[in-house]
Formats: sequence, C-alpha cells, structure tokens
Amino acid sequence: MSDMPWLSIMLAVPALGALALVLMPRGFARAREFALGVSLLTFVLALFAGLEFIVGNSKMQLVEEYSWIPQFGVSFALGVDGIALSMIMLSVILVPICLVAAWDDVPADGSRRLQGYVAWILLLEAMMIGVFAATDVFLFYIFFEAMLVPVYFLIGQYGGPDRARAATKFLLYSLLGGLIMLVAVIGLYTVGPGGSDGFLLANLTGLEIGGLTEKLLFLGFFIAFAIKAPMFPVHTWLPHAATEARPATAVLLVGVLDKVGTFGMLRFCLQMFPEASRWATPVVIVLAVTSVIYGALLAIAQKDMMRLIAFTSISHFGFIVLGIFAMTTVSQTGSTLYMVNHGFTTAALFLIAGMLVARRGSRTIADYGGWQRVTPLIAGTLLIAGLSGLSLPGLNAFVSEFLVIVGTFQRYPAAAVLGATGVILAALYILLWYQKIATGPRPEDVASTTRDMTVREKFVVAPLIAAFLVLGFYPKPVIDLLEPAVTTTLQHVGVTDPAPTVTAEGSEG
Amino acid sequence: MFDAPEINYLAILPLIIVFGGGLIGCLLEGFLARGQRVRVQLWLTVATLVAALVVLVWLARDNQGITAAGTVTVDGPTLMIQGLVLSLSVIGVLVMSERLGGTTPDAFTQAGVSVPGSHEEAEAVRLGGTTTEIYPLTLLSVGGMMLFPAANDLLLMFIALEILSLPLYVLSGLARRRRLLSQEASLKYFLLGAFSSAFFLFGAVLLYGYAGSMRLDAIADAIGTETGMDGLLVPGILLLASGLLFKVGAVPFHSWTPDVYQGAPTPVTGFMAACTKVAAFGAMLRLFYVGLEAARLDWQPIVAAIAAVTMVVGAVLSIVQTDVKRILAYSSIAHAGFVLTGLVAMQEVGASSTMFYLAAYGFMTIPAFALVALVRSAGSEATHINQWSGLGRRSPWMAAAFSFLLLAFAGIPLTSGFTGKFAVFAAAVANDYAWLAVIGVLASAVTAYIYFKLIVTLYFGDTRSDTAVVAPSALTTFAVVTGVLVTLGLGIAPAPVLELAANAAQFLR
Repeated sequence: MSDMPWLSIMLAVPALGALALVLMPRGFARAREFALGVSLLTFVLALFAGLEFIVGNSKMQLVEEYSWIPQFGVSFALGVDGIALSMIMLSVILVPICLVAAWDDVPADGSRRLQGYVAWILLLEAMMIGVFAATDVFLFYIFFEAMLVPVYFLIGQYGGPDRARAATKFLLYSLLGGLIMLVAVIGLYTVGPGGSDGFLLANLTGLEIGGLTEKLLFLGFFIAFAIKAPMFPVHTWLPHAATEARPATAVLLVGVLDKVGTFGMLRFCLQMFPEASRWATPVVIVLAVTSVIYGALLAIAQKDMMRLIAFTSISHFGFIVLGIFAMTTVSQTGSTLYMVNHGFTTAALFLIAGMLVARRGSRTIADYGGWQRVTPLIAGTLLIAGLSGLSLPGLNAFVSEFLVIVGTFQRYPAAAVLGATGVILAALYILLWYQKIATGPRPEDVASTTRDMTVREKFVVAPLIAAFLVLGFYPKPVIDLLEPAVTTTLQHVGVTDPAPTVTAEGSEG
Repeated sequence: MFDAPEINYLAILPLIIVFGGGLIGCLLEGFLARGQRVRVQLWLTVATLVAALVVLVWLARDNQGITAAGTVTVDGPTLMIQGLVLSLSVIGVLVMSERLGGTTPDAFTQAGVSVPGSHEEAEAVRLGGTTTEIYPLTLLSVGGMMLFPAANDLLLMFIALEILSLPLYVLSGLARRRRLLSQEASLKYFLLGAFSSAFFLFGAVLLYGYAGSMRLDAIADAIGTETGMDGLLVPGILLLASGLLFKVGAVPFHSWTPDVYQGAPTPVTGFMAACTKVAAFGAMLRLFYVGLEAARLDWQPIVAAIAAVTMVVGAVLSIVQTDVKRILAYSSIAHAGFVLTGLVAMQEVGASSTMFYLAAYGFMTIPAFALVALVRSAGSEATHINQWSGLGRRSPWMAAAFSFLLLAFAGIPLTSGFTGKFAVFAAAVANDYAWLAVIGVLASAVTAYIYFKLIVTLYFGDTRSDTAVVAPSALTTFAVVTGVLVTLGLGIAPAPVLELAANAAQFLR
C-alpha cells in the first residue's frame, strides 16, 4: 500500500479525465457530472495520500523519482512536505466546489464549448497538483509554464466582454516572468552538480553558490514568483484577469495559482539561494508592506466588486510574502497557513459575489443596495466571507494573520506595525462594500422572482464556511502539518529565531 | 598520370538515389501522358525519398568516413542532417501534392512559363496542363540539401548550394494564385541568392589564397600554422558566413525572407523554411566546427552578435505583421537566431542542440504552412490575420492543430519548441554565452505576443462568413498529424532524439 505512486495517480486522474472529455463526441450531455466525478475521485485519492503522510516528519514524503530527460539532468520527481500537501489539499477541495459553482456558466448547447470548459479546469487541476508536488526544478518549471495555457483559455474563451485583452495581459506578464526564470533554471544547473539528475531539488540545496551568481539566480526566480504572487509593482495584470474571468476561474487563479508564487519563494528562493535571500530581504519586506497597504487602499476605492476582491488579495499576498521573508518560525508558519486560509476566503468572496452578479447582471457595487432583503442568505454568507477576509477572530484568516504579524514583529517591528494597519483597512473595504450592497431599503427595480441561494449554491458555500470555522477554531492539525516543513526551510536558510521566541501554540487565537 | 579517386559508394548511396530519382522524374515528364503524371510523379518522389532514408539508416550509417578524394564527409552530423532533410521532404512533398479534389496540385499554376492572365495560360488550363515538374525540381533540391552538409570542400559546398537553390527559385514562382506576387518573389529570391552565392564564392577564393586548398581539413591545418595572412583569412570567413547566413535568413541578410515566404506557393514556403534551414545550418556547423574552429576568436563574437540581432529583429518585426505567412516568415528569422545561439556555443553540445532544434523547428513549420494553405476565402488563400477571426468555432480541429503548433513556436513546455529552446540556451549558458540566452528568452517573450494574438483571433474573435477551411485530403492530413505528433513527442519524451543528436555530434576531421 505504501508503495502506491499516489502523487502520479492524482496527477494522472484529472489529466486523463480532461483527455476523455475532449475525445467524447460533441455535445456530450453529462460533461459536468463527469468532470465533477473525476475531481471528487481526485479528492478521495488525495485523502488516501494524506493518510500515508506522517505528520511531524520534516522530510519529503510520498516520494517518486523516475529518470525523464537524462541529457538535461531532468527527473520526473514528485514528493510533498507539509506545505506542499496542504496546498494540494486546498486545490483538490476547491476544484469540485468550483465545478459546482460553474454549473451554469456555459450553456449545454450541443457544441464543444461546455466540454472544453470543464476539460480545461480538470487539466488545470492536474497541473496544480504537479506544480506543488514537483521536487525537480525543471519539472516544476514545466508545470509552472504549462499551467498558463489552461488559464489563458479559461479566461479568453469563457470570460467577460474584455476577455481577450485580459487573457493576453495575464499570459504575457506570466510568460515574461517564466522566461526570465528559465535562464535562471539553466544557470542553476550549470552551478549545480550536473549529471543525469542535476535538477533534483535535493541536489541543488545547500550549494553555497555565493556572490553575484547567486544574486542573479535568486532574482531570476524571484521576479517570476513576484509576478505570479502578485506583488506590488508587478500586480497590474491580476485585477483585469480576475474581473474578466468567470468567478470559478478567478477562484482557481487567485486562490490556488497565485500561491505558486509564494510557494515558490519559500521552496525555491529561500532554500536554494539562502545568502541572496538574506541580501534581498530588506527590499522584499518593503515591497510586501507596500503591497499590503496599497492593495487595501485601492480595494477601498473600487467600484467593481471583482476588482475589489482582486485588490484585497494583493493586500493579503503582501502579508504572506512579509511572513515568508521575516524568516521566523512563527511568521512562516503564519504565512503558510495564510496560503491555505486565503484560498478558502477568496473562493467564498468570488463565488458569492458571482452569485450576486448572476442575479443582478452587474459587477458595479453602486447597482446594489438592500440586497439582504432580496437574498438574505447570499448577503449573510457574503458577510461571513467578508469577516473572514478582514480576519475576525474565530474565523480562519485571523490565526494566520496574527501569526504573521507576531512573527514579523520579532525581527522587523516597524514592518509589523505598518502591516497591521492593513488589518484596519481591511475592515474598511469589507464593511463599506457590505454596507453598500446589503443594507438599506429593498431595491424597487429587482423582480420579486429573484431567488435566494439555490440548493446547488448552498453546496458551494457550505464547505467553504465549514472550512472557515474549522480552521478558525482548531487550526492545530494544519499548523502541526506545516511547522516541520517551515523549520526545515529555515534551517536551509541558516536563520534562527530571535529570542525571546513566541511559539506557535502559544499564539493561537 | 591521374588516379581515379576512391569513392565509397555505399556512403553516398542515399545521394545517388535522390539524384537518380530526380533524373528519372525529368524523363517521365517527357514520356508520361498528362493524366498519369501527377500520380506517378508523386509516388516516385515519395518512394525515392523513403528509399534514400532507408539506405541512409541501414547502409550509410556503417560506412562513415571521408571519401571522394577528401571532398565528401559522411559522419554523424552529415547523416543526422541528411536524415532530417529526407524525413521533412517526405511530408513536404505530400503537402505540395494536395489537390483539394482537383486534378493537379492545388497550389501550383498549370502553366508556369505563361504570362499571368494571358491567352496561353487559359489555353494551358483548358488542355489540363500539369505542373509535375515540381517533383523532379524538389528531388534535385533535396539532393543539393543532402550534399551541402556533407561537403568537406568549399568548391563542392558551393556546388551543393547552387543545386539546392536553383530549383527553389523556380518553385517559388509557380503559385497558381496571385501569380505576379509569386513571380516577384522568385525574382527577388534569385537576384539576392545570386549575390549571396557570389559572396560565398569570393570567400572560398580568399581562403584558397590563404590555405592553398579548398578542403576544410587543409584550411584547419593552415589556420594553426600560417601567420600574417589575416587579411585573407578574416574577410574570407566573413564572406563565406554571409553566403550561408543569407540562406538561413539571419539578420542582416533576412530582407528577402518575408517577401519570398509570402509570395511562394504556401507548401513550397513550408518546404523551403524547414529543409533549407536544416541543410544550411548543417553546412554552417561543418564549416565553423571543422574548417574554422581554430579561428573561432575571429568569427565567434560576430556570429554571436548576429544571433542576438537576428532574434531581436525577427521578434520585434513579427509583432507588427498582419499577414499570417509574413508572421511565420519573421518568426522563422527569430528561430534562425535561436539556432545560431546553439551554434556559437561550440563543443559537441553546440552541434547536438543545434540539430535537435532544427528537427523540432522543421516538424512544426511544414504542418503550420500546410494548415495556412487550407484557409480559403473566395477561392484563394486567406492569409490576412483578420480573415482568420473565429475559425476556432467552425473548424475546431484545424484551429486546435494550428494553435498547438503556435504554442510550440512560442516555446511553451510540453512541446518540442520548449525542449529545443532549452537545449540551445543551455548550450549557450554552459559556454559563457549567458547574455545570448537572456536576449533569447526576452525575444521569445516578444514573439509569444504575436503567436497568442493569432490564437486570440482564432478562438476569441468574431466569426466571419466569407472565410472557410477546406477539407484536406489524406496527404495533408498525414503530414499535419505527423508534425503535431512529433512536436508533442519531442516535448514530452525527447530523451531518445536528444540521445541520437548527442551521439551524432562528433565530426570527422
């Protein structure tokens, strides 16, 4: 049982599902059910894989390794630590939710459009699993780049009116970052031990490259990840892409894909280039704090609610990067936990906002008002998701944001204080938004037949709110999963926590 | 007294077969009735090419050596390039023979000698003129392409250059539609080609003056021993390089490429773009690696600069094009720059990565042009980018194949284009040309814009009623499917071909 190649199977199942959907005859009526089944199967497989995972062991687990392109030193190597596993879990939970949420996005009109839509989502799921599980730098790069194609088509073919431009903008930004990273990937191989498995992460860790080379390689990777994350000042593609994409696509894009950026910083930048990471820390901290405040300020000013959610994410990604580069156990545990929490929170915000848009036909906040009287359940769940977004104690994001700020304070008090203002701004943008949409008298131009949350939509929202509560009240299992991996990362960087240490257990809310 | 040189006939048997097939084809032109010509010529040509390929693999491989009085070298790179030219020619010929339900190959005029729009032309059409001379012309050109990389003697190299070029000049002028444009292309190609041949010949003469021999090994020896004659050596090298760089369309010898690619019959463009490049780069490898390696300090910086300029100019100019054939033409210029990046790296890895890239590029180019030829508006090819708008909805398979090839051109992972780019950039980085790789990836990002603009047009644009994709026959379908499969195969499992290229990278000196 323990020899099962769990990760490969999890990668293959959605990929083959996508292939099957494409090969099925045109107008296949059960495309959505089929895709949902495949994604649920993947979820079950992930649960089994999770059972094999030994919590508390800081080594890579569920490891698989096959030679792939020996001439380039490339192996097909997969493996997960606590961080990767939690990200994979997040992906496999969100994909079925998104498929249900996207049930009526594309009409089943007998053409291939619907099949294409769900097939791209499944292919994206396979690549998300691959990118988090890859323990070979080249393999990671392949998934990192190839992932752009499904997202490009999901936005460009199924998005809003300005979809073509948004998709192209997204693609060119990401591709530019990715290609710069490609040079760094090649360069990394030449400074590494080389040979037929020279791209294995294990062979590239602890190289002590030093000097200008290490800094350049670090920058090559970091720029790509900063664009992906996205950080100020290379965030400008995100609001456009997130507004034009369907809500379900936006969830996968912002909730999971952008995590590849922060995940990459943690796994690749810190681990392979510790010296350069320490060298770059001051600048990165400044940029992260800027992202926190700038994203929040812009969110307050948005008129379009999808853009608002996109900017809140930029603010939250600022927190994640801040915690990663503060390089204390507490802050990094907070960041990794935040990566999971933010996935659920953003998913809820995008999907519930999408339900409103589907009913009103407008993304403009000013078009709403008094909707708690029209659709009380949608408005109520939106408030809960919003409160999670502003880190209300008891809901998921609070724990992680608190850990990040406390952990950062140990080393960079000024940055922590400035970052904490982001929490106050978060309250502003969420509550103002909710006030404009939900409160006030019942709008008169809304048909009385407007339905509140349907059963399908309840199935979308219920697991998300359950996740808020579980992660908010009892985050210990997830923290136990993440902490050993964080400790290992910090050992690679060669940083120890400044005394006095605040332990993660002691700071739980 | 004159001793007949020893000739290893088995080593050059593939060449003999191809030239023999070409001559038989000329004879058949005179004897066969019109009705039979197309069929017989097609199968004779394909059989000749396949026979040559089989002989190459079974016999010539075991008969490597320098033969024919030291003028012909049959070694790993020669065989690799020859095999590549032969395989590409097979699918190239199949694409040329596409009849689209008519009686003669659709892309070619029925009376090449007549004045466009004249009485003679109409008469030839009425009598059912065939343009089967394209088959012997192609075979003779292929013969020249096979001799080109094998030539160990500058004079023989010049002869091979002429043999491969002259039939191409004629083929370029034979388009059935827009004949004036085609004839202009032909004349332009011929005049500029004649110039470049003259440059090449002058360079050969200067090197003869320097070394006292036209043979590459003698020149290589002389470079090590002769001193004080740089006035002959350096201009000689530059003139030779000019002649060869013209054939591959490198900047600043590129200005013919877009006009000729646009004017020539589309299948000929594909054949030319793929096979000529392969052969010319093969000759360039031999010239630089065998003959001029010792003088590398004289030419390497110049070729590196040309590679950089070629990538940048090809990429930047491609993004302002509005004609699909011209887009592919400028992209072929950029690709020539990528190949040069591998070539300047020297060492075996330079040769093997160059050859791998050529294989990847060839198998995506011919199908791409084959697909271009299928898009029709009012009976003639629709090559303006606006005419392609929305084809993805009405011709999903054609659009999917073309988009996949575009992804390969752009170098997206899991296509051969990515593997090829990785190979040449890795070779460059490993041999102190990291800056060239940086320029290369930036140029790739720029070219990606135009490829994705095409995909946007195909999928996200409005459907036009006046453009349609004609249904291809089995010939084109076979060529396209082969190309797509090779492109996918070299992206997913490139190890065997990389291995083959690495083993074939050893030059006999």
